[in-house]
Amino acid sequence: MAEHLDQSFEDSAMNSEEKRKINREQRTQIIAFAFMIGLTILAFLAVGAEGLPPIFTTPFILLLAFVQLILQLYYFMHLKDKDHGWPNSFMISGLVLAAPMIVALIMLLGVVKY
Amino acid sequence: MVSEATNTRKKSVLWDWLTTVDHKKIAILYLIAGALFFVKAGLMAVLFRIQLIAPEMEFISGQTFNELVTMHGTIMLFLAATPLIFAFANFAVPLQIGARDVAFPFVNSLGFWLFLSGGILLSISWFFGGAPDAGWTSYVPLASREFGGIGIDFYVLGLQISGFGTLVSGINFIVTIINMRAPGMTMMRLPLFVWTMLITSMLIVFAFTPLAAGLALLMLDRIFDAQFFIPGEGGNVVLWQHIFWIFGHPEVYILVLPAFGIISEVIPAFSKKRLFGYTSMVFAVLIIGFLSFMVWLHHMFTVGVGPIANSVFAIATMTIAVPTGIKIFNWLFTMWGGKIRFTTAMHFAASFVPTFVLGGVTGVMLAMAPVTHLYHDTYFVVAHFHYIIVGGIVLGLFAGFFYWYPKMFGHKLNETLGIIMFWLFYIGFHLTFFIQHILGLMGMPRRVYTFLEGQGLDTMNFISTIGAFLMSAAIIVLVVNIVYSALNSERVTVKDPWDARTLEWATHTPIPEYNFAQTPQVRSLDPVFYEKIHGNGEMKPVEPLDEIHMPNGSILPLIISIGLFIAGFGFISFHLDLFISPYVFIAVGGILTFGAMAARSLQNDHGYHIDKETVESMEKELS
Ligand code: HEM
Ligand SMILES: [Cu+2]
Repeated sequence: MAEHLDQSFEDSAMNSEEKRKINREQRTQIIAFAFMIGLTILAFLAVGAEGLPPIFTTPFILLLAFVQLILQLYYFMHLKDKDHGWPNSFMISGLVLAAPMIVALIMLLGVVKY
Repeated sequence: MVSEATNTRKKSVLWDWLTTVDHKKIAILYLIAGALFFVKAGLMAVLFRIQLIAPEMEFISGQTFNELVTMHGTIMLFLAATPLIFAFANFAVPLQIGARDVAFPFVNSLGFWLFLSGGILLSISWFFGGAPDAGWTSYVPLASREFGGIGIDFYVLGLQISGFGTLVSGINFIVTIINMRAPGMTMMRLPLFVWTMLITSMLIVFAFTPLAAGLALLMLDRIFDAQFFIPGEGGNVVLWQHIFWIFGHPEVYILVLPAFGIISEVIPAFSKKRLFGYTSMVFAVLIIGFLSFMVWLHHMFTVGVGPIANSVFAIATMTIAVPTGIKIFNWLFTMWGGKIRFTTAMHFAASFVPTFVLGGVTGVMLAMAPVTHLYHDTYFVVAHFHYIIVGGIVLGLFAGFFYWYPKMFGHKLNETLGIIMFWLFYIGFHLTFFIQHILGLMGMPRRVYTFLEGQGLDTMNFISTIGAFLMSAAIIVLVVNIVYSALNSERVTVKDPWDARTLEWATHTPIPEYNFAQTPQVRSLDPVFYEKIHGNGEMKPVEPLDEIHMPNGSILPLIISIGLFIAGFGFISFHLDLFISPYVFIAVGGILTFGAMAARSLQNDHGYHIDKETVESMEKELS
């Protein structure tokens, strides 16, 4: 048992089923990544474009940001994966805790007092 | 096998402790460092209590008073209470879940050394123009470059570094508890202390990150002339208060939940009954942990955020009383009809219950937003939070100390001295702090270094200071006890000196470095007790006896921490007139830290093995 730790594997330890899965995973990650780059470019365009009024730009890039957030969590942080119960529940609790804090901060630090 | 060869070489004791990654040794390091900081901050409290013993004393100056109060609060919370809790968590959590160590032993030792180097950075402020003096909350603008002294730079960077240590340790505990449980140890069989440490670690992850962000902003303001918190230049001072208390309120639960956990271990062990309402206890901890993030505004009622916000947060605060009440009743029902043994640990645990209730009651009083304008910044607040912190957390820590001491050090503490200490501490505590409720109601403000004669404050302040002396006497008795017991106590050789219930009592005393020679099979909540009733009193193993894989020690965590210490000092020295340029410190520190990190990434360290024969002979020798 002691020896095998020092040796690298000859070949991949994965079987073909696992390899297919990982390839598929890679493909979706690349697609999602390209899509997110696209969204970012869109956001830059929206800000850079001369004609667009801010009343449109602000909600628009917020919407893009939201889509990105979902993609990020779903594809890159494995929210979609079944066997990631623990990491997912931690991430969701993070969201559940942070969201009201941010909302409260925005409201409380605003000029208006509630 | 290079690694094996290096490890069989005899190491010097000092080197062994500096490089250890063993959770039991790291626990002892935390215990010693935390105890030293506790005594230091306690002495500070005694000093400024002497200043307040009589009206218009001139024992220390107002400036020194501010520095002492600030350092007392900061040290007590960050460098005494937190590490002491980590000491017990490091020691007990892996044992209680039947694991050989924590998930990341290297990270564990990194956590300790970061805490220590941050703590030392904070402490050397006395030699470089004075300690921080803006209170442990460091409210801006008092803590801004314009009004606050150089000490606050030490506060910012010292806490930042030790905060990193806390953060990585918290993550480590989460992974350990989730991944390293012995077979059969389901989540609903976790000992309550492990449950509370899991929730606490989550709170650490979600609360120390805002703190790190806030400290970073304050650092930018103070050292690089940014203006996040400077009103004249578009900054917002209230933002600091929000960020601080988004961290600060969960922080008190980070400390008190593990204390709850300890009490939930000690009371069943000495009542010879299983914990009443285990499931409700777990859910109460979960709910408290969640709610602790939703109440930060109750520290800021007097800021003037408006009546609706105040009401929402007042009600949220009061709801915490419900799960807390559930826990209190469960402890009482556990003792009810139990066969109680009044050991010292049980004294502390049982007295925790009513004292904590008193702190909770004044907490609800403070949560009433309209009334709190009367209490705000008076000694009433000081009395309230000391009933929680001392009457809750510190009593819990003492209970855990007396309870786990035989496992940690191989002999019991003397019970007579222990009970003398208990009464000195308990009476001293109430003398010091009960009377401060009344002082507060009479309007004595906190953080003010003296008071005038003839306002009816003299006698009560005198009594309060006497109480502080009694508590100091209790600590002296504890030190005497430790020395006396080390010399005179009978060595404990049995596994389970208390007739207790959880898995840590299934290991040999002293615990071999691998904890369990064979991973135990857990068949119930309170597994050790279950085997006493339903088995032969020994845990059943799930695996044959085989060689054991252990991690190698490493000096790198210490080097990383020293590097951060030097770099941190460099950032501070931008405003110190030293003859060495700050950039030199930053460069040296950065090279040390990043060099050690690179070394760690590139090095191929597989640990070493203890072979089967050694394990067998060690096991035979110990039993
Ligand atoms: C040895 C017993 C202790 C005594 C006699 C004592 C006494 C005091 C006093 C008189 C103050 C000043 C209150 C003020 O003017 O604002 C204070 C503040 C404070 N104490 Fe203690 N204390 C003790 C133990 C502790 C412990 C164990 C903790 C926490 C683990 C703690 C945490 C704090 C904090 C957070 C503050 C607020 C500091 C600030 O305003 O910046 N104390 N203490
Ligand atoms: Cu609070």
